[in-house]
Amino acid sequence: MHQIEEINKKCTQTRRDIVRMVHKVQSGHPGGSLGCVEFLTVLYNHTMKYNAKDFKMDGIGEDLFFLSNGHISPVFYSVLARVGYFPVKELNTFRILNTRLQGHPTTHEGLPGVRIASGSLGQGLSVAIGAAQTKKLNNDSSLIYTLHGDGELQEGQIWEAMMYAAGKNVDNLIATVDYNHKQIDGDIDDVMPLGDLEGKWKAFGWLVLTMNGNNVAEVIETLDKAKSMTGKGKPVVIIMKTEMGNGVDFMMGTHKWHGSPPNDEQLASALAQNEETLGDY
Amino acid sequence: MKEYPVLGTKDTRSGFGDGLAELGRTNKNVVALCADLIGSLKMNQFKDENPERFFQIGIAEANMMCIAAGMTIGGKIPFTGTFANFSTSRVYDQIRQSIAYSDKNVKICASHAGLTLGEDGATHQVLEDIGMMKMLPGMTVINPCDYNQTKAATLAIADFEGPVYLRFGRPKVPIFIPENQPFIIGEALHLTEGTDVSVFATGHLVWKALEAAKELEKEGISVEVINIHTIKPLDVKSILESVQKTGAVVSAEEHQIAGGLGESIAQVLATNLPTPMEFVAVNDSFGESATPDELMAKYGLETVNIIEAVKKVVARK
Repeated sequence: MHQIEEINKKCTQTRRDIVRMVHKVQSGHPGGSLGCVEFLTVLYNHTMKYNAKDFKMDGIGEDLFFLSNGHISPVFYSVLARVGYFPVKELNTFRILNTRLQGHPTTHEGLPGVRIASGSLGQGLSVAIGAAQTKKLNNDSSLIYTLHGDGELQEGQIWEAMMYAAGKNVDNLIATVDYNHKQIDGDIDDVMPLGDLEGKWKAFGWLVLTMNGNNVAEVIETLDKAKSMTGKGKPVVIIMKTEMGNGVDFMMGTHKWHGSPPNDEQLASALAQNEETLGDY
Repeated sequence: MKEYPVLGTKDTRSGFGDGLAELGRTNKNVVALCADLIGSLKMNQFKDENPERFFQIGIAEANMMCIAAGMTIGGKIPFTGTFANFSTSRVYDQIRQSIAYSDKNVKICASHAGLTLGEDGATHQVLEDIGMMKMLPGMTVINPCDYNQTKAATLAIADFEGPVYLRFGRPKVPIFIPENQPFIIGEALHLTEGTDVSVFATGHLVWKALEAAKELEKEGISVEVINIHTIKPLDVKSILESVQKTGAVVSAEEHQIAGGLGESIAQVLATNLPTPMEFVAVNDSFGESATPDELMAKYGLETVNIIEAVKKVVARK
């Protein structure tokens, strides 16, 4: 219980970070970021082993995470900063000139914790597969994690990568899909339905888990289970049901906060719903 | 004029394949990826000798480029192999975001570039790849001219940190670069000394430039042939030194004029040393099916076209 409380506190602080970051520059993607707070917070505070204080691109002996849906950079940056990859106060530079915290994550400006640029969708699963295969060549038993948007699965390259990972037994890889059912133009079922998503991953040869991605206890448990399923010849995917805008009432239940920042009044409301727990940046 | 005896005839892709096989024995970090074209890319030997470091991706080039990017994380040096068209235009965004912008040490090795792919026709004859690749910040672009140079370039790029586009071809062509000629990335290779015109050539057009120089010498025109194997970064110093002496320029390449080597040279000259220049290259056109020789003739990439271009530019001086 104590662990869950601690993680919930971190989640609340990260929600504050997200809305403050996008409010300041009046741009960015709060909706999907808020939906993935619990997942990324658990991943970096419970599941993965890594060295945040001495970031090395090669990450030998470390678990690695690849954010494929790069537009949810606010949650990624907040979690990376809060676990010590870079100073928390640097969150204040999100999207401003000369920042390391670009609109979409990049290695190009040398931000610790980021190992690939993402933003143009559909590439991260392939990148993760490459990193996973290098781990095997290096006899490195650490794991590779990814996160993808559900809309991102409309990109054809994802299905190339799915076919490859199963066909080539890339079993040190845990992919996660943020299944919030929403994308820029509306509900995913209106834009381009994914159909039987679990069935499709299974048919491609993956081990499939599902979870409520906004429930910390369930995320902890499912990620632990996913880890236990690695090394058995098949890649693992978690289909994670989430609520876009989770934790900020007026951002929930709609796609319109995908890429829209809150105004001053909305910021105040969002912050009132998520009181400071670990100190604002 | 310095003579270059023909040492044999081989395809440049075999230079790649033999270079890669040598790397397999000498550099344990080198890994190779192929999208269902092992034979065409001459990757068999590397595959047979290093099965654990060879990755068959299937017909999924986008996946291949990003897997290669990921493989660099942990210290591997991935060499991807497919046709030039599928190495560039098909996967431009993957290269741009996951390799170039992400500063990944991937070697993109591209065969069957240009018209000399031949009978398969325009769908496979990419003539825009140099342009696409040179536009990407941080990308090194290399187009070697014969078997020996392609093998040497393949070995050199493994020791070079950063993304590289290595372009080579399908047909058997004369070998004339000595086997022991060092390959220095970014350093032009002076083949003949001349005073009347500088011919800057890359890839399969280098041999034709030497043939043209020999013919032109008989007519009293002294041609300086310089092999620009590295199109980016361009050896600006060598280009300007030669042009200061000759005052006339011809570029020669198996590529579109737009985006090609000639365009890069023209930019250097326009800003530093405005000089009359002619371009031997494909002029805003797709290719078609025919034999390589027929196509090179039809699209104006033959020795005779270099000779004509030289006469034209010398007359403009």
